[in-house]
Amino acid sequence: MKTELMDSVESKSLKSKVPYFEVGDVVDVKCRITEGVKTRIQTFSGTVIARSGRGMNETFTVRRVAGDEGVERVFPLNSPNVVDVIPLRSGKTRRAKLYYLRKRTGKGIRLAQRHSSHTIAR
Amino acid sequence: MVKLLGKKIGMTQIYDESGRMIPVTVILAGPCKVMQIKTAETDGYSAVQLGYDDVKASRVKKPQEGHAKKSETTPKRFVRELRLADGSEADCQVGDDVTVSALADVKYVDVVGTSKGKGYAGVMKRHGFGGFPASHGCERKHRAAGSISSVASDAGSGGNLKKGKRMAGRMGGDRVTTRNHQLVSIDTEKNLIIVKGAVAGASGGYVEVCNSRTKR
Repeated sequence: MKTELMDSVESKSLKSKVPYFEVGDVVDVKCRITEGVKTRIQTFSGTVIARSGRGMNETFTVRRVAGDEGVERVFPLNSPNVVDVIPLRSGKTRRAKLYYLRKRTGKGIRLAQRHSSHTIAR
Repeated sequence: MVKLLGKKIGMTQIYDESGRMIPVTVILAGPCKVMQIKTAETDGYSAVQLGYDDVKASRVKKPQEGHAKKSETTPKRFVRELRLADGSEADCQVGDDVTVSALADVKYVDVVGTSKGKGYAGVMKRHGFGGFPASHGCERKHRAAGSISSVASDAGSGGNLKKGKRMAGRMGGDRVTTRNHQLVSIDTEKNLIIVKGAVAGASGGYVEVCNSRTKR
């Protein structure tokens, strides 16, 4: 009863079609940015290092190294401001959270490429 | 004034039109039965008595059963009144149903709940006292209340503890009103009220929802 009612409330905010991507993928996240009255689409690209939460609370973390500085952004999966997530390349992973990448630099942050049907580079 | 009785279902988040995430509380409210209409002539004040959540007739005392029969309904577990301004007439009849559609034009609501019981709590948790330092020679009184009185504290009679001095004790389980919740939406089909922000009490607890007294 309780979960049914909660689901009915949440379902209005959930996306009907969630883009498919996995941990280890290199993705382009298209997010809507509002500057004053203007809105535009900004792309944040990097490696998905974690997915956590369920339903309304599901988020994913994208890490990229800009210059010498690691940048991580956490996106709510169902946010209307996350317009699209485009998986470019799949990485070979043996765990669900790739937090070990934070300690690595240079060539060490690259993951072995895996051929996967959902990425653009098949 | 509109009042509805209901049950707190729980909290979640939803996105508004501009894509901002807002924390909301979901309340299952009504339909409430109008059980009695009190008037100044008969009761000394005017009010509408509402009942919510059916309970088996065999589970309640005979007078409650009889009271429910007057409005041709089953006894209710949660009965509360909506006080009306003196001299004003109720715009409903005994036996009427009040549903969430009564809140259709309302933008802000006040919600009354019963806060979660915290048990016997110290002054830091119960009243927000500062406590004492963790170190610098402080011994065995890190969360203590400090001095509660002195000889000079009650000039004349000398050294009495003031009435109402805040001390440790039972915390929680109180009637708590949270005001001016934005009414995000109502679901007339499922009898749901969705308000912005947190409402006092555990999920499953009874709540009263009425339109805001101060904010329109």
